[in-house]
Amino acid sequence: MLKRPTLWIIVAVIAAFAIAPLLGGVGLRESLFLAAVYMVLALNLNLMIGYTGYVNFGSIVFFGLGGTIGLYTITVWHWPLWAGMLAAAVVVGGLSLVLGLGILRLRGAYFALATIGVVEATKAFVSNFDPFGGSTGMYLSFTSYKPLGGPREALWVIYFLVLFMLALSLLLGLWIKRSRFGLGLFAIREDEDAAVVLGVKAPLYKAIIYSTSSLLPAMTGVLFFFKNGVIQPDQAFDLTLSIEAIVMMMLGGQGTVLGAGLGAFAYEQFRGYLLTSSTFASFHLVIAGALLLLIVLFAPGGLMGWIHERLPRTRRVLE
Amino acid sequence: MSELLKVDAVSRSFGGVKAVNSVSFSMEDGEIFGLIGPNGAGKTTLFNLIGGVLAPDAGSVSVLGEDVTGLPPYRVVERGLARTHQIVKPLNDMTVVDNVVVGGCFGREKLSLRAAEHQAHETLALVGLDDRAATLAGHLTIAGKKRLEVARALAGNPRLLLLDEVLAGLNPTEVERMIGVIRRIREERGIGILIIEHLMQAIMNLSDRVLVLTFGSPLAQGTPEEVANNPEVIEAYLGDPDMAEKLMAES
Repeated sequence: MLKRPTLWIIVAVIAAFAIAPLLGGVGLRESLFLAAVYMVLALNLNLMIGYTGYVNFGSIVFFGLGGTIGLYTITVWHWPLWAGMLAAAVVVGGLSLVLGLGILRLRGAYFALATIGVVEATKAFVSNFDPFGGSTGMYLSFTSYKPLGGPREALWVIYFLVLFMLALSLLLGLWIKRSRFGLGLFAIREDEDAAVVLGVKAPLYKAIIYSTSSLLPAMTGVLFFFKNGVIQPDQAFDLTLSIEAIVMMMLGGQGTVLGAGLGAFAYEQFRGYLLTSSTFASFHLVIAGALLLLIVLFAPGGLMGWIHERLPRTRRVLE
Repeated sequence: MSELLKVDAVSRSFGGVKAVNSVSFSMEDGEIFGLIGPNGAGKTTLFNLIGGVLAPDAGSVSVLGEDVTGLPPYRVVERGLARTHQIVKPLNDMTVVDNVVVGGCFGREKLSLRAAEHQAHETLALVGLDDRAATLAGHLTIAGKKRLEVARALAGNPRLLLLDEVLAGLNPTEVERMIGVIRRIREERGIGILIIEHLMQAIMNLSDRVLVLTFGSPLAQGTPEEVANNPEVIEAYLGDPDMAEKLMAES
């Protein structure tokens, strides 16, 4: 337990997220809700960038498309929330598996460019697809919250469901990191040609992790936009948030579960401060850009990388 | 019993250059087979054709009787092949032992993580890297990285090992040590070894048979003595008619 405390740190984090809003009230819950959503995005992006070394600029497409599909099934087909989430995971996971087998043949900058293309193409499709409401999007009626006990209660239910997504993201990250599959991904990250010669089935592995990294963001997207009550393409496929997710992950330390989670949490707190202070409204993007530059230049491993370098023993402790 | 490796009239061109031109040879189980020739003779290309990194334009390759021509590297690995790289490719940001565990997990035997970890220390001991197990691979010296290449390739318990200039860039003490490692691999594990090397003394000492390539084509094949005494080989590669005697005298 003391040798590999990461699992216990995760348990403690989830417990803190669960208890804090019960004591601190609705304001704190809203802040933690957004932090948890960002953490889910950063943690799953970490599977691609941190573990496999493939820079996905378009991870937001999972979140946006998941939300779109979820809200479509809920508003048009009147499916319950859980079924909408499941549908989002199945569709987004399936599409990204097929897409992954194709675009993951690309490497480096070409892959990164392709991922931007995927976001823009999906946004353009959804904006012009009438069943999804076109560019005005889809609106939820108040009756949709009834099964959860009414609008006010629904906010609590959604908070705990997002918290569940966060817990799954943390555990998934840790489980993959400690698995044989994860070892293959790390080998691909370090040197794909060497990995293939050592026997790693790189094309398959990359497609599987690309698809896996889409599942929890897709379901979280359903929750986020269900709570929001409305989903519009511009907001759902926001490339800026995609890039902010990279900043979050890099800040805490790519390739580590705790780092990606902590980075996203810290970034959200910081962003929240800047957004509410009148002098700095929207200034957070300037800061995010500068921050990314500084991390890449001076601490490419982020906070965790910095610690690992100075205390090599922590490599196996802070995963 | 089928041959360990059979290369049949394999060719590959890059643009107008015939990098490998109709090369054929075969290896028995447990044999050490030397591949020599001047720079640019196509030795590494031939390795890439056997290992699946490149697909041949013509000809076929089979490992233990199974045709592996044109299969991707990870499939050829399943048939029992493992290789090292002339220009080392360590997984830099992973520990030495994790590098070897990758070899065990994804090599011929596809070991479980636990079994691969268990076996990795044995393999590291064989190549003399056990004291560096927890070091990051990127921090090793070049000699260390060469040994890591060998350990990683061995970790999957291959039947056939391709060694691409594992002695190049090593000092005489390190060369001695590596030659010892190669001998032990054959003695203890009975693995067939196909080896590219420029150090003539080493290759003549180690190999049971030798194939000489020039400009992508086979020039001569035979025991080290036969090859070293072949006038064409002397002219094209060795450059010294007394080389054979010198090499044999030194060994």
